[in-house]
Amino acid sequence: MSDREITYAEALREAMREEMRKDSRVFLFGEDIGIYGGAFGVTQGLIEEFGPERVIDTPISEIAIIGGATGAALVGMRPVAEIMFFDFMTIGSDQLVNQAAKIHFMFGGKAKVPMVVRSPAGSGTGAAGHHSGSLESWFAHIPGLKVVAPSTPYDAKGLLKSAIRDDNPVVFVEHKLLYKTKGQVPEEEYYIPIGEAEVKREGKEVTVVGYSIIVPRALEASQILAREGIEVEVIDIKSLRPLDTETIARSVKKTNRVLVGYEPPRFGGFGAEVAAWIAEELFDYLDAPVVRLGGEEMPPPYNPNLERKIVPQVEDIVREIKKLVG
Amino acid sequence: MLSLEDKLEMYRKMYLIRTFEERAEELYMEGKIWGTFHLYVGEEAVAVGACSALRPDDYITSTHRGHGHCIAKGADVNRMMAELFAKDTGYSHGLGGSMHIADVDKGNLGATGIVGSGIPIATGAALGCKLQKNNKVVLCFFGDGAANTGAFHESVNMAAAFRLPVVFVCENNMYAMSFSVKKAFAIADISERALGYGIPGAGVDGNNVLEMYEATQVAVERARRGEGPTFLEARTYRWKGHSKSDAQAYRTKEEVREWKEKCPIKFLGGHLKEEGVKEAELESIRKKVEAEIEEAVEFALKSPEPTLEEARRMVYV
Ligand SMILES: Cc1ncc(C[n+]2csc(CCOP(=O)(O)OP(=O)(O)O)c2C)c(N)n1
Ligand SMILES: [Mg+2]
Repeated sequence: MSDREITYAEALREAMREEMRKDSRVFLFGEDIGIYGGAFGVTQGLIEEFGPERVIDTPISEIAIIGGATGAALVGMRPVAEIMFFDFMTIGSDQLVNQAAKIHFMFGGKAKVPMVVRSPAGSGTGAAGHHSGSLESWFAHIPGLKVVAPSTPYDAKGLLKSAIRDDNPVVFVEHKLLYKTKGQVPEEEYYIPIGEAEVKREGKEVTVVGYSIIVPRALEASQILAREGIEVEVIDIKSLRPLDTETIARSVKKTNRVLVGYEPPRFGGFGAEVAAWIAEELFDYLDAPVVRLGGEEMPPPYNPNLERKIVPQVEDIVREIKKLVG
Repeated sequence: MLSLEDKLEMYRKMYLIRTFEERAEELYMEGKIWGTFHLYVGEEAVAVGACSALRPDDYITSTHRGHGHCIAKGADVNRMMAELFAKDTGYSHGLGGSMHIADVDKGNLGATGIVGSGIPIATGAALGCKLQKNNKVVLCFFGDGAANTGAFHESVNMAAAFRLPVVFVCENNMYAMSFSVKKAFAIADISERALGYGIPGAGVDGNNVLEMYEATQVAVERARRGEGPTFLEARTYRWKGHSKSDAQAYRTKEEVREWKEKCPIKFLGGHLKEEGVKEAELESIRKKVEAEIEEAVEFALKSPEPTLEEARRMVYV
């Protein structure tokens, strides 16, 4: 691998740029993605290269962004819609959940909706109750949607390219705190398949299953624990749906202890699905109940100390793992 | 008719908004306030003119750019500042921040971070008032950008069809973030929309607090008589960037400068002087306001933070 380092935001931009150069059906659709470059700067510079016909600024109309992407996809385009904050997905979710997700099935396979909806989720920026939500679990619940949530620049680029190439609607969950993180990304083109998890760190005593921001936190926690002689295996599932249960199973059979980490509220969050699956399928391999480490049952608070406390941090992962192996 | 005292009070409130915003921005730059917020500088006449036409027990709904609405409806700047500082003494106990300040006792049903989402709420509040026959009016602030949400269409139509006591005040500050109204609309004046809903509509100089007051007064009276909503388009301009992270590549310095020349506070100051008010009197109003804001900062700094236990208790009633 080359040692070129770029940010998560740059990696996403490269993915869009490469796919747009290759395929004239790909276009970008969303609020302030042109000259403003997107609220987090992800699409910066793309309007200069592709012009306002392919980098389309829209009015504040989430229904028409997601529904419009659905319609354009129906007639053969491959839109990449941006919803400025994940919380606003709720506004366009009728089009996503009732239309985009179901059209292929309801029309008996006669139509398809190849589109991507990208959106930043997560708390940690002091943006409070309407700009900090992690609603990925909602969409992972919908058959017909794929849901992807990468944790590194490398994965972000490869997965977004695959998402744009995918013939199904894909919800692409970005995390605000990851945008500025850096990582190695080769110059050469590559794709990362949707639905494949990755063991990001090997260990034999306990498995942490996570995605998005939880992965770097789990890796940091593993380093701390390694100094105390606890060897943690970290699995980045990357795709919530389809879920790579094989990789999880392989790890659990080895470690016999699992912690599932996720930022949304613990109750009914995606990690609960993973935990339930492990309990059902791998019960005989477990030395302890699966631990769910999710967020607090409350909307994201503005106060920075509270905001930090209500989602799993490195120290929370360390503490829970010690309990699990102790 | 507005008395001289009324106008001096308008001046004081507009200057209070201006000073609150500028001080908050400084504190943000110094790293004392975190997160983000949306400043109302340049638009003060809209909130103050409109709210001056309301009774104290009438309601408003606000937006993400809500500090001005809040002050115009009579809020306590100590509690507003404390909220920006994420303190327990803030309007929302530090749990909501700038975009979620509500002052329900004063009839402010709250700011919102979801653009357009105050419009259905204002409509519903007006329905509630109508059902309660309490003769109250709801004034709904929203931006030009919000006028292009689905929520806008459904709500204005419903309010018009049900003749609800609500006044829709569209703050057309020429941009929704980077997106200019020239690109976002195919009509010249947003107020033209009113025709399609079967309600009166008018464009108002949003930098002229007196005109703003008069237009709102007419709309409020109509609503109170049970004749239904009015749509006002207040034309104004946002002097600062959209939020705390905006390079403003979408507009020119010239354009900003031209609008700054139409300063709403200077305009009212000029009018008051024509009515015989001395500069010294305006100066003393301004000095008092500045002291009030400094007290608010002190109050906020001294206040305690909310606890997690307290936050947990807020999730349900
Ligand atoms: C539903 C929704 N979409 C997008 C945003 C992001 N956003 C926040 S403010 C804003 C512009 C709002 O423009 P306008 O309504 O004209 O109000 P202004 O900021 O000009 O006062 C945008 C796009 C949001 N908060 N909510
Ligand atoms: Mg605007």
